[in-house]
Amino acid sequence: MQRMETGLRTETITVNMGPQHPSTHGVFRMIVTLDGETIVDLEPVMGYLHRCQEKIGERNTYLQNIPYTDRLDYICSMSNNMAYVMAVEKLAQIEVPERAEYIRIIMVELTRIVNHMLAIGALLNDLGCFFTPMLYGLRERERILDLFEMASGSRMMCNYMRFGGVRYDLPPSFMAELKSVVAALPAFIDEFERLLTENEIVLVRCRGVGVLPPEKAIAYSCTGPLLRASGVDYDIRKVDSYSIYERFDFDVPLGRNGDVYDRYLVRIGEMRQSLRILEQAIEGIPEGEISVKLPRVFKPPEGDVYHRIESPKGELGFYLVSDGSTNPYRYKIRSPTFINLTVLPELCKGHKVADVVAILGSIDIVLGEVDR
Amino acid sequence: MAFLNDLFVNLSKWLSSFLAQFLPTWAVELIMMLLTIVSLIIFVLVTIMFINWLERKTVGRFQDRYGPNRVGPLGILQFVADAIKMFTKEDITPANADRAIFNLAPVIVVVPTFLVLAVLPFGRGMVAADLNIGFLYIVAVSSLTTIAILLAGWGSRNKYSLLGGMRVVAQMISYEVPMVLSALGVIMLTGSLSLVSIVEGQSRVPFILLQPLGFLIYFISAVAEVNRAPFDLPEAESEIIAGYHTEYSGMKYAMFLLAEYINAFIVSSIAATLFLGGWQGPLLPPYLWFILKAYGIYFLLMWLRFTLPRLRIDQLMGLAWKFLVPLALVNLLVMGLVMTLTQGRGLITLVLASLVANGLIVAAVVTIYGFAKWRRKTMRVAT
Repeated sequence: MQRMETGLRTETITVNMGPQHPSTHGVFRMIVTLDGETIVDLEPVMGYLHRCQEKIGERNTYLQNIPYTDRLDYICSMSNNMAYVMAVEKLAQIEVPERAEYIRIIMVELTRIVNHMLAIGALLNDLGCFFTPMLYGLRERERILDLFEMASGSRMMCNYMRFGGVRYDLPPSFMAELKSVVAALPAFIDEFERLLTENEIVLVRCRGVGVLPPEKAIAYSCTGPLLRASGVDYDIRKVDSYSIYERFDFDVPLGRNGDVYDRYLVRIGEMRQSLRILEQAIEGIPEGEISVKLPRVFKPPEGDVYHRIESPKGELGFYLVSDGSTNPYRYKIRSPTFINLTVLPELCKGHKVADVVAILGSIDIVLGEVDR
Repeated sequence: MAFLNDLFVNLSKWLSSFLAQFLPTWAVELIMMLLTIVSLIIFVLVTIMFINWLERKTVGRFQDRYGPNRVGPLGILQFVADAIKMFTKEDITPANADRAIFNLAPVIVVVPTFLVLAVLPFGRGMVAADLNIGFLYIVAVSSLTTIAILLAGWGSRNKYSLLGGMRVVAQMISYEVPMVLSALGVIMLTGSLSLVSIVEGQSRVPFILLQPLGFLIYFISAVAEVNRAPFDLPEAESEIIAGYHTEYSGMKYAMFLLAEYINAFIVSSIAATLFLGGWQGPLLPPYLWFILKAYGIYFLLMWLRFTLPRLRIDQLMGLAWKFLVPLALVNLLVMGLVMTLTQGRGLITLVLASLVANGLIVAAVVTIYGFAKWRRKTMRVAT
């Protein structure tokens, strides 16, 4: 409005960012109203990747749904598996053997590292870093994907977990390989940090950009690194512990300002904490059964259940209603990025066009999960 | 050795004397002029091919991958494949675009880049036109690129293009100021705007030793001037797709790409000429020294591009007007003082005095910056 006083008549322009745009991380559209380069208004438009996942879930048997969960957040198939499988186990009250619990935790924490590598790489891409950090992240991710392939036979769509355990036992060479990956990763994270954390341009681009105050984060029910970067100590692994997380000793990294930079730092911190969990899991993993026997036709009792886990992106929950048949009566996914994304317009207003992509990158969305 | 050193000069002398046997003088001059132009254009095109390959190979190494390695040995023919692709692509003009402007822009954008080549001294006596206002000419001609890019941004009738075009104008006009101011130090030292005299003035010591700060300012502004990362806002892919050339396809797009690469090579060459002694150097023939230096600086450009994230538009403007311009002015003032004080005391005194002076400026900047940072920190603690 300042410009009006100079007598120059200015107009706002509306720009459609997406659905085809290099940095919307998929098919996501933002209707951005600009005054020069400043964002006046932003409206997210989703649904381009809607695949009726929840309706399909009602048609499928419980078991058939597992591969569908792989395709929600296609970067973190293991943690999606885990959330769904645990929900069904809670419904049918299935006990999981200890070795399976350990394997699950190893897989999920590896997934968290993969996700944060990609999230930071994509964020830096959005900041204009021309793929270098992204490819450094992808290079290390390859080794973790190799581990997934060894265990499950697939690199990304793992489809590994089953009700009452996991599908296959770990192959003999797995633990040695895992140990070497876990031993190599801290050096990689250090390298990442050396390149980025104190980088002057990263600092000026990320500090104070897209600040999310803790009250607002809670009001919008944000979860995951987005919430913790705002300084709210809320990690479901700690506050509503599931599986065997209470056995492990780890910290929850918190941010102070809730800006893009803090989200980056929280993700780096979480990678280090995941490594700590992995080290303890490698120490503690017992021999034994990896799965319990279930009847061939699996029919959980009537009732409903909600189970949530701390997926790399936030609270991933499955709400299942069973009518006692082979299919769920209702199959509802509480996907973290969809809910985190609702806060985007709040974060972007008043910033520049260039900040929008940085903020979007720092929220870390995967459209497979936003539009189910 | 002497034969190799003056290979191209002797070649042109021999050719002109050969032609003079059966042609009038004006015809010989005309032919020689045309030949110079053609050889310059060929040189640039070959350079672009090589640079394109080098850049992709280097980015591959930076990013822990191979880069092009399919077409020809080490992928060196990749450019040919790309050129064929560009030629055969459909040439699209958007329905609502301003046709004349849209089609004119890719032509205009290459012209100034070729014009600049005329005054670059590639070796001893290897300059197409030794203008006595050489540097001024470069500044004037290369400003034309701004207009071409604005035309492209405006004529495409695309909001991303428009945003890109606006950014170009803001950025290129702003960064011309520190660029010229930093080069003024060199011009003060030689007392001439001619690039040939500037190179000859560096026969004993390259000006980077007298003007390290000037070189830095020039380098930073030059990177911004040719829209390379971390100042590649006009074509910031993650923000505004491809900026001003979003709507272009096929050969027209290739023209923009061509202009961009030539511009980047030219600012590297100018930096080599102004600060690194141009073609001066021991052992190797002059033209090789020139190319080596230009490529050295070009490598720095690539290094920056593949390492650093992008600045935001307001930060970019802030860097130009709040930091580089004052610094360039201070540098100019101090340089003038040093030159007056050390007049007639020999070259070594001048070098030492300028180095000390530049060191003092840097120390002052660091102190001010550190103080500001410290103050901000203490104020934050207080509130």
